[in-house]
Amino acid sequence: MFTEQGTVAGKMSGGTSRRRFLGSLTGLGLVGACGRRLPAFTGGLIGADAELGHRVRDRKFGATTKVVRTRAVVVGAGISGLSAAYRLTRRGVKDFVVLELERDAGGNSRSGANQVSAYPWGAHYVPLPSASAVEVTELFGDLGVIERIDERGHAVYREEFLCHDPMERLFLHGRWQEGIVPHHGLSAAERGEIGRFLDFTEGLKTANGSDGLPLFAIPVDRSSRDAEWRRLDGLTMAAWMDGEGYRGPAIRWYVNYCCRDDFGAGIDRVSAWAGLHYFAARSGVAANAPSHAVVTWPEGNGWFVGRLRDVVGNRLRTRCAVWNVEREGSGVRVDVWDAASETGITYVADAMILAVPAHVAARLVPVPNPFMSRSNETDFAQGGHEPGRIPGGETPPSTAGGTPAATETAPLPHPRFMGGPVSFPWMVANLTLDRLPVGRGAALAWDNVIYDSPSLGYVVATHQRLDPYPKETVLTYYRPLDDTDAVTARMTAFRRSYSDWCDMILSDLSSVHPELRSSLRHLDVMVWGHGMVTPVPGFLWGSERGALGRADAPVYRAHSDASGMSLFEEACTRGIQAADALTVGLEGRA
Amino acid sequence: MTDRTIQYLLLASVFVIATCGLIYELIAGTLASYLLGDSVTQFSTVIGTYLFAMGVGSWLSKFVTRHETRVFVHAQFLIGLFGGASAALLFVLFPHVAAFRVPLYGLVGLIGALVGLEIPLLLRMLKDRLEFKDLVARVFTFDYIGALLASLLFPLVLVPYLGLVRSGFFFGMLNVAVGVVTLECLVADSPWKRMTRVLGVGLFAALLCGFAGAERWTEWSEHSSYPDPVIYARSTPYQRLVLTRSGSDVRLHLNGNLQFSSRDEYRYHEALVHPGLSRLENARRVLVLGGGDGLAVREVLRYAKVEQVTLVDLDGDLTQLFTQQPLLKRLNNGALTDPRVHVINADAFTWLGSAEGRYDFVIADFPDPSNFSLGKLYTTTLYERVGRVLEPGGALVVQSTSPYVARRAFWCVDATLRACGFRTEPYHVYVPSFGEWGFVLAGRDLLATEVKLPEGLRFLDERTLERLFDFPADMAALPVEVNRLNNQALVRYFEEDWSRYVH
Ligand SMILES: Cc1cc2nc3c(=O)[nH]c(=O)nc-3n(C[C@H](O)[C@H](O)[C@H](O)COP(=O)(O)OP(=O)(O)OC[C@H]3O[C@@H](n4cnc5c(N)ncnc54)[C@H](O)[C@@H]3O)c2cc1C
Repeated sequence: MFTEQGTVAGKMSGGTSRRRFLGSLTGLGLVGACGRRLPAFTGGLIGADAELGHRVRDRKFGATTKVVRTRAVVVGAGISGLSAAYRLTRRGVKDFVVLELERDAGGNSRSGANQVSAYPWGAHYVPLPSASAVEVTELFGDLGVIERIDERGHAVYREEFLCHDPMERLFLHGRWQEGIVPHHGLSAAERGEIGRFLDFTEGLKTANGSDGLPLFAIPVDRSSRDAEWRRLDGLTMAAWMDGEGYRGPAIRWYVNYCCRDDFGAGIDRVSAWAGLHYFAARSGVAANAPSHAVVTWPEGNGWFVGRLRDVVGNRLRTRCAVWNVEREGSGVRVDVWDAASETGITYVADAMILAVPAHVAARLVPVPNPFMSRSNETDFAQGGHEPGRIPGGETPPSTAGGTPAATETAPLPHPRFMGGPVSFPWMVANLTLDRLPVGRGAALAWDNVIYDSPSLGYVVATHQRLDPYPKETVLTYYRPLDDTDAVTARMTAFRRSYSDWCDMILSDLSSVHPELRSSLRHLDVMVWGHGMVTPVPGFLWGSERGALGRADAPVYRAHSDASGMSLFEEACTRGIQAADALTVGLEGRA
Repeated sequence: MTDRTIQYLLLASVFVIATCGLIYELIAGTLASYLLGDSVTQFSTVIGTYLFAMGVGSWLSKFVTRHETRVFVHAQFLIGLFGGASAALLFVLFPHVAAFRVPLYGLVGLIGALVGLEIPLLLRMLKDRLEFKDLVARVFTFDYIGALLASLLFPLVLVPYLGLVRSGFFFGMLNVAVGVVTLECLVADSPWKRMTRVLGVGLFAALLCGFAGAERWTEWSEHSSYPDPVIYARSTPYQRLVLTRSGSDVRLHLNGNLQFSSRDEYRYHEALVHPGLSRLENARRVLVLGGGDGLAVREVLRYAKVEQVTLVDLDGDLTQLFTQQPLLKRLNNGALTDPRVHVINADAFTWLGSAEGRYDFVIADFPDPSNFSLGKLYTTTLYERVGRVLEPGGALVVQSTSPYVARRAFWCVDATLRACGFRTEPYHVYVPSFGEWGFVLAGRDLLATEVKLPEGLRFLDERTLERLFDFPADMAALPVEVNRLNNQALVRYFEEDWSRYVH
C-alpha cells in the first residue's frame, strides 16, 4: 500500500529532539516566545496497489494452479460489487465469491482509521434518496438508516446518521459564513443572481418531462427522455450559464464548486444537463429532516462498505486480481491472481458480475456493441465524442501493447472503450490534528469550503461524534485535479512527491487556518488515478454510455461508470439490478 | 570589612528575616482561609502554630554550640526554600491530600522554627559587637519594623500585584540572598564556603524560575476573571474547573460557567430531584447523567426506597475531587462515597448506547447547551436512548436552562421530549445565583400525583412544590422547533436568547 513513507517531518520542521529540549525548558518557565518551532508531523503517500494494477493491464501472471467451481463471481468490491453481492444473498444465491484487487473492500468508498477517528478516503455522504431511488431506499431500510415510515408515508431517518448541524460553512471575504451558498459581503445583484438560479433549479425538482418522468432523477437512467432537455447534454454548463446570463463570479464559483464536487471537473468540462442534474435531482423527503439533508459517518460511505461486507462475509476475497475472463459453455472462466498466497486461481462459474471501472472492464471482457460502426470508433479514439474545446478525453493505448494470454478464445477488446470514459484524478488527504481548527465567524461545520480555492475544502471526521468534548480530530481534504485535461493531470499527479502534496495542502489550508500547521500530527495523501467518471458533453445521452452497462448473459455489469456520474446511488442501483438480472438469468436456465 | 559594616549587615538581616517570616505566616493564613474557609480560625491557628514553632526554634538554638554563622546561613537557605515555595506547594497539594491541615501546619511549623532559631543566633553573632542593652534594643526594633512593613506590604502590594505564589517565591529569594551575603562577608574562604555558595546560587535560581513561571504553570491569575478568590483551578482533559470561595460561599465554575453556589444550590438540587422522585413510589434504581459534583446524588440518597444510584459523568477529575476533597465532600454530604452509589466516568451519550440496566428515575443534569457539542446532549437521539433504559412507569428530569432568559430554549427542551413520545411536566424555580431556572419532568405515562417528600429539605414542601408548575405569562410556552442532531435548534435559541438578554 505504501509507496513512499514520510521522512519529510525532519526536513520540514527540524528534528524533534531540539523541540523536546525547548519544551522541557518551557515547562520550567525559562523560555517564553523564543524558539517557537513547528512540530514535526508524520505521514506518507498512500495509494492503490499500482503494481498489481499494472500487472492486470499487462496480463503478467503465473499459470493457474487451482480451479474452483462456483455459481457466480462478482469482480470488484466497491459499492456496486458489494451491493450486487448483498442482493445475491437476499435472493437466495449463496454460492458465489467477490474478488477484489485491493487489500480492503470499498473501492472509492474505502476508509481508514487511527486512534483519533475513522475517516473516509473517498466517498463520504449520500443525500436523502428521492422517490426514483427505490433500491437505495430499500437498502436504507434494511440497514436501519431509515427506521420506519410514519403515518404520512415519510421516511423516519436514524438521526445519528443524518449529518449533524452545523452542516456546511464557507470561508468568504475573511470569515466563515454559515452554509456554502455565498452571501457574506456580496452585492445585492450577486445575491439576486444566485437566488434566481436556485429558484430555477428548485422548480426543476418537481418538473416532469413530456413522458411524465422527472426531468432529472437519480438513478440517472430514470430521468425523462424529453429531447428538449436532453439537448442540454450537448453543451457545457459554462456555455449554458453564459446563455442564461449567469455571469457574476459568485454564482459561477458556486456552480463550478458543485460540479467539481460531484463530477470531478468544473463547469467548463461537464455538460449542462449534468450540471443541472446536481441541483435538480435531489428531492428526497424525510419526516425528521429537510430535503437537503445527507447521511454520513466518521468513516464516510465506508460505513456502507462495512455493513455490506458483513453480509457478504467470507465470500469476499481481497488481493485477488481478476486479469482474464473467457466464456466457457454457457458460463464463464475467470482467471485470478491471488497476491496473498501468490497463486493463480481459475473460477468456473455459471455467471458473473463485472463491478470494475470501465477502463478495467474493457481489458477483461470486450463490450458488446453491435450499434457502432468502425468510423465512429475512430472518432472516439481521437477524442471526437467530446465536442468542441473540451479537453480530457483519453487516447486509448494501442492494443498491440498488451499481448493477451488467451487471445484464441477471447476476441480483442473493442478499441473504443480501451481508455474508458473520461475520469479525472483526485487527491484526498487525511490530516490528524491535536486541536480543532479555529477561525472567525461561523462555527466549525461538517463540510468546510474555501471560496476560490483549488480544493473543495475539508470534512471533519469527528463531526458525527456524540461525546461533547472532542479535542483531536481528523480532517479529510478533497481536491479534484482538473486544472488540465484528465490524462495530463493523471500523469502529473502520479509524479508528484509526498512533500509537494504537503506543501500544496498546507498552503491552501493555512490561508484560512494559520494555526493549523502547529497542531498537525499526521498527514496521509492518497491519489485516485481514475477518481470519478465525468459527464462531459455528449456522454450521458450519447450511445457510448449505454453500452458500458449493457449485460450480455452470463456477463452482467454493475459499475457506476456506466451511469456517467459517480454516485453511491448509481453504484448501488446498478449492483442490485445486475444481481437481479443474474438471478433471473440463472433461474431461466435451470 | 569593618566591624560597623558587619554590624549593619547583621541588623539588616534581622529586618529581612522578620519581614519574610511574617509574610510566610500571612501567606499560610490567607491560603488556609481561601481553601478551607473560616478565616478567623485559620488565621489564629496559623499564627499560633507559627509563634509556638518560633519558641521551639529559639529553644533549639541552645544546641548550636559552634559554627553559628554556618548554621545561620543554612537556616536562611531552608527558610528561603520552604517559605518561598510554601504557597505553590500548598496550592498543588490541596486537591490531592485528604488531610490538608497536615502539610499546612507542618510547613508553618517548620518555617516558624527556623525563624525562631535565627534570631538567637543573630544575637549571638552580634553580642561581641554591641553592648547588651543596645543589642536587644536594635534587634527587636528591626524585628518589629520588619513586621510592620510586611503587614502593610502584604495586603496593599503583594496580594493584588504579585499574588500569593509569586510573593512566596520573591521573599524566598530575599532569604537566600541574605544567606549568601552573610556567607560572603563573615565566612573565611574554605571548601565549605565554596560549596555553600554554589548551593545558594542554585537555590536562588530555582526560586527565580518559580517566580517567573508561577503564572504559567498555576494560572491562579484567574483571580481577575472571577469576583471571588480562586481556591482551586485545573484543566482536566475535558474542561477548566475553577472553585472560588468568598466567606462561606463556595462556587464551582466549569469553563467559566457557574455550576453552583454553595449558598443556594440546595434550591436548585432539591428542585431538580424531588418533584419527580417523590412521586415515584417504587423508584429503586436512579441514574444521574452529568452532575459529577454529587449534589443531585445527595438529594437522591435522602430516599430510603432508592437502592442504587449510578452516576455517569465524563470528567474523572471532577468526580474524584468531589469524592475526596473534604470541603467539597462536606457539600455533597459524602454522597459519592455512599455504598449505594456507583460512579462511572464515561460520556453519557456513548454509555447510554450500550447500557444494559433499567432505571426508575433518570436525571439529566448537563451543562447548558452553549455550543454545538453540548447541544447534542439535549437532542431527540439522546432522549430516545434514555427512553430505552427507563423502566415502565419511570421518569426523566432534564435541567433545561432559564425559562425567563432563554424562553425558547426552555420550551425547545420540552418540545423535544414530547417529540420522543414523553408526556412532560415543565416547572421552574428561583435560584438567587442563577435567576429563574427551569426543568422538564418527562415520563411515558402520567406520574402519580401523590407526593412523598423526604425529611430534611430546606426549600421544598408540598405547597411550594405545587406552585413550581405554574408559569406566568412572561415564561409561558411558545411554539418552537424540536431539537435534533441535524438542526441543533436548541443551541441557536439558547445563543440568541442569552445574547439578547445580555445586550
Ligand atoms: C474522492 C472521491 C470522493 C467521492 N465522494 C462521493 C460522495 O461523497 N458520495 C457519493 O455518492 N459518491 C462519491 N464518490 C463516488 C464513488 O465513486 C461512488 O460513490 C462509489 O463508491 C462507486 O462505486 P463502484 O462500485 O461503482 O466503483 P469503485 O469504487 O471504483 O469499485 C471498483 C472496485 O473494483 C476493484 N477492481 C478494479 N480492478 C480490479 C480487478 N482487476 N480485479 C478485482 N477487482 C478490481 C477496485 O479495487 C474497486 O474496489 C467519490 C469518489 C471519489 C474518488
